[in-house]
Amino acid sequence: MQLALSEEDQQFREEMRSYFTTKVSEEIRTTVAEGRELTREQIVQSMQELNAGGLAVPHWPEEWGGRGWSELKRHIWHEEMQAACVPVPLAFNASMIGPVIAQFGTDEQKQEFLPKTANLDIWWSQGFSEPDAGSDLASLRTTAVLDGDDWVVNGQKTWTTLGQYGDWIFTLVRTDPEVKKQAGISMLLIDMKSEGLEVRPIELIDGGHEVNEVWFTDVRVPAKNMVGEVNSGWTQAKFLLGNERVGVAPVGATKRVLARAKEVAAATIAEDPLFRARIVELENELLALELTALRVAAHSAGGEPHPASSVLKLKGTELQQAVSELVVDLGGPATLASGEGDATLAWYRRSTPTYLNLRKASIYGGSNEIQRQIISRGILGL
Amino acid sequence: MDFSYDDEQNALRDAVKGLVGKQYADWEKRRQTAAEDPGFDEKLWTQMAEMGLLGLPFSEDDGGVGAGPVEIGIVCRELGRVLAPEPYLGSVVYAGGLVAAVGTPEQRQEILGALSGGESVLAFAHDEPGHRWGPEAHDVTADGEGRLTGVKDGVLHGARADVLVVSAVLPDGGTGLFLVTDGGGERTGYSTPDGGRAARITFDSTPATPLGAAAADVTSSIATVQDITRIMAANQALGAMQTQLKATVDYLKSRKQFGVTLNTFQALNFRAADMYTSQELTHSLVDWATMVVAAGDPTKVADAAARVGLQVSRAGRHVGQEAIQLHGGIAMTAEYNVGTFTAHLTALDHLLGDAGHHLRTLDAQLTSYDAIDPLDVAATA
Repeated sequence: MQLALSEEDQQFREEMRSYFTTKVSEEIRTTVAEGRELTREQIVQSMQELNAGGLAVPHWPEEWGGRGWSELKRHIWHEEMQAACVPVPLAFNASMIGPVIAQFGTDEQKQEFLPKTANLDIWWSQGFSEPDAGSDLASLRTTAVLDGDDWVVNGQKTWTTLGQYGDWIFTLVRTDPEVKKQAGISMLLIDMKSEGLEVRPIELIDGGHEVNEVWFTDVRVPAKNMVGEVNSGWTQAKFLLGNERVGVAPVGATKRVLARAKEVAAATIAEDPLFRARIVELENELLALELTALRVAAHSAGGEPHPASSVLKLKGTELQQAVSELVVDLGGPATLASGEGDATLAWYRRSTPTYLNLRKASIYGGSNEIQRQIISRGILGL
Repeated sequence: MDFSYDDEQNALRDAVKGLVGKQYADWEKRRQTAAEDPGFDEKLWTQMAEMGLLGLPFSEDDGGVGAGPVEIGIVCRELGRVLAPEPYLGSVVYAGGLVAAVGTPEQRQEILGALSGGESVLAFAHDEPGHRWGPEAHDVTADGEGRLTGVKDGVLHGARADVLVVSAVLPDGGTGLFLVTDGGGERTGYSTPDGGRAARITFDSTPATPLGAAAADVTSSIATVQDITRIMAANQALGAMQTQLKATVDYLKSRKQFGVTLNTFQALNFRAADMYTSQELTHSLVDWATMVVAAGDPTKVADAAARVGLQVSRAGRHVGQEAIQLHGGIAMTAEYNVGTFTAHLTALDHLLGDAGHHLRTLDAQLTSYDAIDPLDVAATA
């Protein structure tokens, strides 16, 4: 056992720190530090600034921009990025559809989509969930029927995050209603400008517009836009969701918010031992989580995920939520106001929407109940 | 950075597991051993000495083996896994640690040599009635001639110990350490709630030899040895938690109620999943804190001890309480081991400071940093 990073990893950490703090727009990083909402342009710009340095998709195959890093390097990259208030690469592109196309796509699909996906020239949306298919994804009902050289898609997707910005959407569709439900699903890439495709906003409890419904009415999709064979979509979905669980514990970002809370609320904290106790507990739990992430990263050389990795999503989102709850409580009456104010007040005014918005964290990406199911069944054998 | 044991450490773990695990695989044997004086198996203690385990922390010059904290942690974890009652933590890590830190070269050679050889059991007489945790002595005093007066209580293996290391208030203030041998002090031994042994010891102008060149104020040395002992106790607690979770999972898979095994009920499985989460987070912090000891900076060791202490207190209660609840009534019996493991976790929790104690320590420094960098500790290595 050895706590120190190797000289090489230490140097790598410094390189990352230096790149993130000098090559990514300061205005974007300030927006993140102050907890304000990023615009579409800012998200695109920051991903392109990362891509310019080869830091947008380091886990992809090397011929498509991957870097062949160890898990530990990837962990360091991810944590330093968050510590520097750099938005992480858009997950739909970098973590979800990119690796799927690289693994299952045709040569033509790879050439067409991967460079644009890495550089966020195409903004991808995710079309998986439906009103009756959430955690039970295989129950989805959106259909695709072959008509000549096109699939004709009908149905409805929901919870399409940032769908209002999307250029293309990767979808799971039912191509065979007669077989076992997992066996009749395919994956289609659909241009969101297609006729018959409509994006409708869903207003959320934080007052924001983050998710959408996407409706398909006789949308024609060229057959060449299917990823993998017909009816093999469940394989691609499992691959994608497996990737989604990597880097799911936003330790760096949560630590940053907690540190900022100590700074902003110094006067309140100094006067209130109960707040201090909560902060000590949260810092300690975050430390245990960060060390678990390091333990998992340092141990992942063999390809098999470390069993403790299942803890990361579960505990990571609980702590992310708990820190957002602390911030609202620190703000007290200041959190009731809305609109602009000085920097401190503005931070508090965004705290309730943030707290409410983060309730999603224990629901998406495999709800925390699903994570407990994975631990109890997959690891403990119950 | 690396969280895994090397080949030698794996071999050590297997050897300890082979010796101690085999001895106490039979719970009834552990119960009998704990019930009869001195509350542990003297023969096993000798075998542990022969294997070099008792001398692990001490330099070769002092008759020890000169191993590091990771190795000591391995031994503690394996002892915790089977609830071995042998006085490793109190005698080797705690009292032995003080002799190594403060003793003169002659004292170290003599006392640690005998301890390493299994010929002598040590105890640190420190806690006093009416006082909670800390490195200072309060009501036990030393006069100018090194005679001690006052009462110590909760002294682990204090009745059996051949050598007592005693903390006392010095005539000019501060806390010094003294050695009491030849059965000195009036000792009342008793069983602790987890089947361990401790004693109340009364000193009445009892002759004692200063530990170290002179009776100097060694409060900070005591504090550091306490921090290291906390971290080793955390290793022991982790071993106990691992056994409890495994026993609970096995029980849920085999115990039938309403005609089906308990793991048919999702509510129970989810509680076991939460126990696993507690255990794994604790595992990470315990490994980290052990490596911080290896890096050697006492300030950082103190911080790591408080952090691991807080985590182990919270997790130990969670895992220990749930292990009993998920087993149901059988866990309430002394015949079945799960409840005694919870008793042991409770005892370890109160040995050197519980969650509240560590929380107060960490609270005092909360505003001196913005965020914790766990890898920063290694920079001093």
